[in-house]
Amino acid sequence: MAPVAPRSGDAIFANVERVNAELFTLTYGAIVRQLLTDLEEVDEVNKQLDQMGYNIGIRLIDEFLAKSNVSRCVDFRETTDVIAKVGFKMFLGVTASVANWDADGTCCSIILEDNPLVDFVELPDNCQGLYYCNILSGVIRGALEMVSMKTEVTWIRDVLRGDDAFELQVKLLKQVPEEYPYKDDE
Amino acid sequence: MVREVSESCLDSVIREMVSCYCNVFYAHKPDLAARRIEAIGYQLGFQLSERYTMERPPFNDNLEAIKFICKDFWSNLFKKQIDNLRTNHRGTFVLQDNKFRWLTRMSIDSSADNGSSVEDNSAPAAENKTAHAISMHLYFPCGIIRGALSNLGIPCAVSADISNLPACSFVISIKA
Repeated sequence: MAPVAPRSGDAIFANVERVNAELFTLTYGAIVRQLLTDLEEVDEVNKQLDQMGYNIGIRLIDEFLAKSNVSRCVDFRETTDVIAKVGFKMFLGVTASVANWDADGTCCSIILEDNPLVDFVELPDNCQGLYYCNILSGVIRGALEMVSMKTEVTWIRDVLRGDDAFELQVKLLKQVPEEYPYKDDE
Repeated sequence: MVREVSESCLDSVIREMVSCYCNVFYAHKPDLAARRIEAIGYQLGFQLSERYTMERPPFNDNLEAIKFICKDFWSNLFKKQIDNLRTNHRGTFVLQDNKFRWLTRMSIDSSADNGSSVEDNSAPAAENKTAHAISMHLYFPCGIIRGALSNLGIPCAVSADISNLPACSFVISIKA
């Protein structure tokens, strides 16, 4: 069996450079607010946040792999577990849980009860369609794509919309076979 | 206990925000991109200064408020104080950070010129491009400072000077 990945990101989080969460939360809030002003349509803001998250995810995966020291995940189940326990902890300082697996193990939910992105946040009436944390789904999608997993990430529950937790459904669409860089050896 | 997140989260969203405004929304209108980036900084600075001054008496004069920006405010954001403060005693203050944290994360071409002469021709030199990219990033902290002071009742204009990198100076001109 492959070496077991660290079960939590606590030790890694303790060792990375950290900033006050309030600074991060308010920065993100200011960005969302400006996007709402500039793009006007809530749907467009959702799209843009997802795209920004994707761009962040495809870079953040490198930092994750470099610092987390996790070994190759054997399956999608282990992958999501590592995201919830190590990934979220290492970057946001909070732990998520994984639940609601479907029968063939390609779709599950990542549930976040504590989310630093939404401290101080309340959605005004004209922003009810906004997925405020859409950047997170983009990050997960982007990061997984860099490790050959095409996924679809959608919000099922959102505290800002009155639910009791944040729930992200992660659906594995396709696992792209890795292409080894044989050319280097020629 | 103070809640914390990894610094790369903050770096990532800021970088992505700047790139989004410069390369996607206003790719050919750097002025508009700059204004939006500054506005986001302003909003953040305004809120932060409100929070950081909640439990202290009001400032007696502009200098006292500027000193607060140099010390407490800067430390909260960048874990260090401003290294040098100069003023002409006529409403202009120059705050120099010898190693501005947000610039240490960018790869900067050592040959990069001082950016004061951005010649916009068909083939802009690489260093001009670098200087341009840096200056776009600096609209954000400039906005933060302007927002923070504005919350303290001090309307001003803020610009950044990067003529001796990695030091960065912020020039505050208080409106009379």
